[in-house]
Amino acid sequence: MTTLRRMLGSNVRQYGMVLALAAIVLFFQFQTDGVLLRPLNVSNLLTQNSYILILAIGMVMVIISRHIDLSVGSVAAFVGAMAAIMMTKWDLPWFVAVVLCLALGALIGAWHGFWVAYVGIPAFIVTLASMLIFRGLTLTVLNGETVANLPSQFEGMGNGFLPEIGPDTGLHNLTMLIGVAMSLFVVWVELRRRRSATRYNFEVAPLPLFIARVALEVVVIMYFVYVLAQYRGLPVVAVILFALVGLYTFLMSRTVIGRQIYAVGGNVDAATMSGVRTRRIDFLVLTNMGMLAALAGMVFAARLTAANPKAGVNFELDAIAAAFIGGAAVTGGVGTVVGAIIGGFVMGVLNNGMSLLGVGIDWQQTIKGLVLLAAVAFDVYNKRRARVGGGAGAEKDDATAPPPPELDEQLAELPDSLVTTTGEASSTS
Amino acid sequence: MAQPILEMRSITKEFPGVKALTDVNLTVHPLEIHAICGENGAGKSTLMKVLSGVHPHGSYTGTITFEGQEVAFRDIRHSEAAGIVIIHQELALIPELSIAENIFLGNENARRGVINWDSTNRRAIELLARVGLRENPLTPVKHLGIGKQQLVEIAKALSRDVKLLILDEPTAALNDDDAQHLLGLLKELQAKGITSIMISHKLNEIEQVADRITILRDGRTIETLDVTQGDVDEDRIIRGMVGRDLEHRFPDHTPQIGEVLFEVEGWTVMHPHDHDRTVIDRADLHVRRGEIVGIAGLMGAGRTELARSIFGRSFGSRIEGVLRLEGQPLTLKSVADAIGAGLAYVSEDRKSLGLNLLDDIKTSISAAKLDKLVDGLTVDENREVLVAETYRRDLGIKAPSVAAGVAKLSGGNQQKVVLSKWMFTDPKVLILDEPTRGIDVGAKFEIYGIIQQLADQGRGVIVISSELPELLGLCDRIYTLAEGRITHEFSREDASQEALMRHMTSHTR
Repeated sequence: MTTLRRMLGSNVRQYGMVLALAAIVLFFQFQTDGVLLRPLNVSNLLTQNSYILILAIGMVMVIISRHIDLSVGSVAAFVGAMAAIMMTKWDLPWFVAVVLCLALGALIGAWHGFWVAYVGIPAFIVTLASMLIFRGLTLTVLNGETVANLPSQFEGMGNGFLPEIGPDTGLHNLTMLIGVAMSLFVVWVELRRRRSATRYNFEVAPLPLFIARVALEVVVIMYFVYVLAQYRGLPVVAVILFALVGLYTFLMSRTVIGRQIYAVGGNVDAATMSGVRTRRIDFLVLTNMGMLAALAGMVFAARLTAANPKAGVNFELDAIAAAFIGGAAVTGGVGTVVGAIIGGFVMGVLNNGMSLLGVGIDWQQTIKGLVLLAAVAFDVYNKRRARVGGGAGAEKDDATAPPPPELDEQLAELPDSLVTTTGEASSTS
Repeated sequence: MAQPILEMRSITKEFPGVKALTDVNLTVHPLEIHAICGENGAGKSTLMKVLSGVHPHGSYTGTITFEGQEVAFRDIRHSEAAGIVIIHQELALIPELSIAENIFLGNENARRGVINWDSTNRRAIELLARVGLRENPLTPVKHLGIGKQQLVEIAKALSRDVKLLILDEPTAALNDDDAQHLLGLLKELQAKGITSIMISHKLNEIEQVADRITILRDGRTIETLDVTQGDVDEDRIIRGMVGRDLEHRFPDHTPQIGEVLFEVEGWTVMHPHDHDRTVIDRADLHVRRGEIVGIAGLMGAGRTELARSIFGRSFGSRIEGVLRLEGQPLTLKSVADAIGAGLAYVSEDRKSLGLNLLDDIKTSISAAKLDKLVDGLTVDENREVLVAETYRRDLGIKAPSVAAGVAKLSGGNQQKVVLSKWMFTDPKVLILDEPTRGIDVGAKFEIYGIIQQLADQGRGVIVISSELPELLGLCDRIYTLAEGRITHEFSREDASQEALMRHMTSHTR
């Protein structure tokens, strides 16, 4: 039991958000007599929120590195407009337009990065300026009009589905296959991690608990694809989104650059003095945000099958809200990509569920605002409680905890240990 | 003797899982300066938080009697209203506001919410005179040095009719002159009717000003010593604090000094913003393999500036001069270059430059050389734990596991984490800036041991310290620094506190 508590303990906020999301889903599922989780509606939920979720991935990284980006809605609109112009007016092939537009987004992000990282203007100001600049430029390039007639392949990015293969089984075969592949991947990752931890003699969860957790993960994945397979299968944008979540989670949690982003957000001066090129990190994070904003803009245009001067209004606020609901801290250094996605789904399910129940748009806004405030308040409350337990000498009770006995052998084998034996020095006194 | 001004009886304070204070008693007589001593984690700060209402009545057991009345403070405002003011180690002044505004912050000279600036400034001048600070009350606090800021804090306390003044490590960040001024001021205030409680690690200062000393250890009262009765010296206090005699405050050590490892020649550094102001002026110094070299200088002499400018130009502008490592010239354009070349710098400011307080022990230790743990694309987190465990064991970092947050560790343990971080980079030369600041006596001894071991492994170690006994006890050679210039070089045999101080204050220009 203590193991379980310890394992949960470090991730209370994350689990809290998952539970909150589950509760919200169950509530609306019950209230709407099962409409919420119908295949068509789940499919819609994914595509409707995809662009906000893409933005939320970049936004949580910006927030972790203690900045903010208010321009993403305008940048998304501008890039979406440019994509439409490239494809309809300049007659560029759709994939060339997509690549060019991603580069354009990265360039805009680099522009922000230049002012923030190298000139030292707060990101709030720089991106507020860009919010105005790119909204204006969107109107300029579109002449205030809507540009439609986009290539169908491009539109597939927003509202297409994966193609069907194999015999007619009543379910979408490819989607089910992808589900199976994802499940196998999850099992493989979990096993590998457990084996690696065992090899180092670290404490791992008891086997039944481990199996239960992996089984739960597999069940969730398979139920999810099963629902989608009953309709038209996995939307293309969901595939893009899952790939991005996987990529960025890996980047943030397992690579050096991810560590450095957290380090810069946690204490920029300490990071500098540890050899982190902090300006470059700020620059890269904002550049990346620009690129993801471009992607979100294209997905949105594809979904609407047109570029529209009013596209992307308030996207930045939804993305920021998703990041904070998902546990990011205003002061930087805290947050996760998965958290931001969960936060985005909380908002998305609230929107969708309330619409299904016929709640007016006025009340929807109010309720979403209250949810944002409540989520962050809950977080602050939790943190404050955690802090009361601290204070000088708080580490004392565990100070006598002996190191795990197996560790000694492991330690002895470490090739590059800089072992000093201060224990001896102090015992001579 | 008269009735005590303060009596704390059987104070017990528990945090979840930890008993921070057990049955602690403290009696303070009117008009005395009462020192509280103890190692870090002994419960000094917790006791003061109980007294000042940070830990409100009901969260502890025991009784507090102040001026003959039993009191139950709800919060700091409540205790301040009763005349108890606490000045924390980290000053609570607002840098952009003026001295006068800071003094009367939260206690404004106002009628119906409108501030009377004339009376505010007049009263500020009176208060500044009382603390011996000759500054215009309209000066923003950010323009004052840390010593003067400390005086502003005391003026602020005086503005609130303080009866009992609590100072937590008041001289930790001060140079000797400012510290002496502050201690003198405490004596003056004592003569004018203010009782003080002072928490300090600097035993010579305690010996100098305190009338009585209460010693805490492991959350319990060990004893109260009466200085006026005589027979109380530093060794006596240390014995009470650590529960054993510390005959030698430095581990025995025979240096094994080799060839010249690291040289600095003609090092000249300008101020980072004011490009014509010389901060370091043609400094020459060198370190040999296995040698511990000290740099002694008063605050403002340029000690930290020298170290940080060498460490990848992380301070200053228009830097000139030559660095040589193992005879080869070094060009260091960034901290990353410096780490790559084999330099390490342990900052004097652990919390703002040394650690990310959101991190746990293992990520803190790997932060400066994460490349060493990279396996393909990813950081090998299992090996990271092993590495961190090695240091936890070898350096005796007291924590439940390497996944424990560094924010909750005591100063000594945090410093060990920072040292681990730099040891993990496997440096050839380490620059340690005030390595034992704010660390208790027992942990200091351990840190000294670590420093000596680092030297014995063939590294060069430079120690910057404002505590001269520390330099004399630890270093094989000592440079004195005054106004950005190296003024003298002492061998271990020639160095004495008096001689060092003479060259630290000599004006060469």
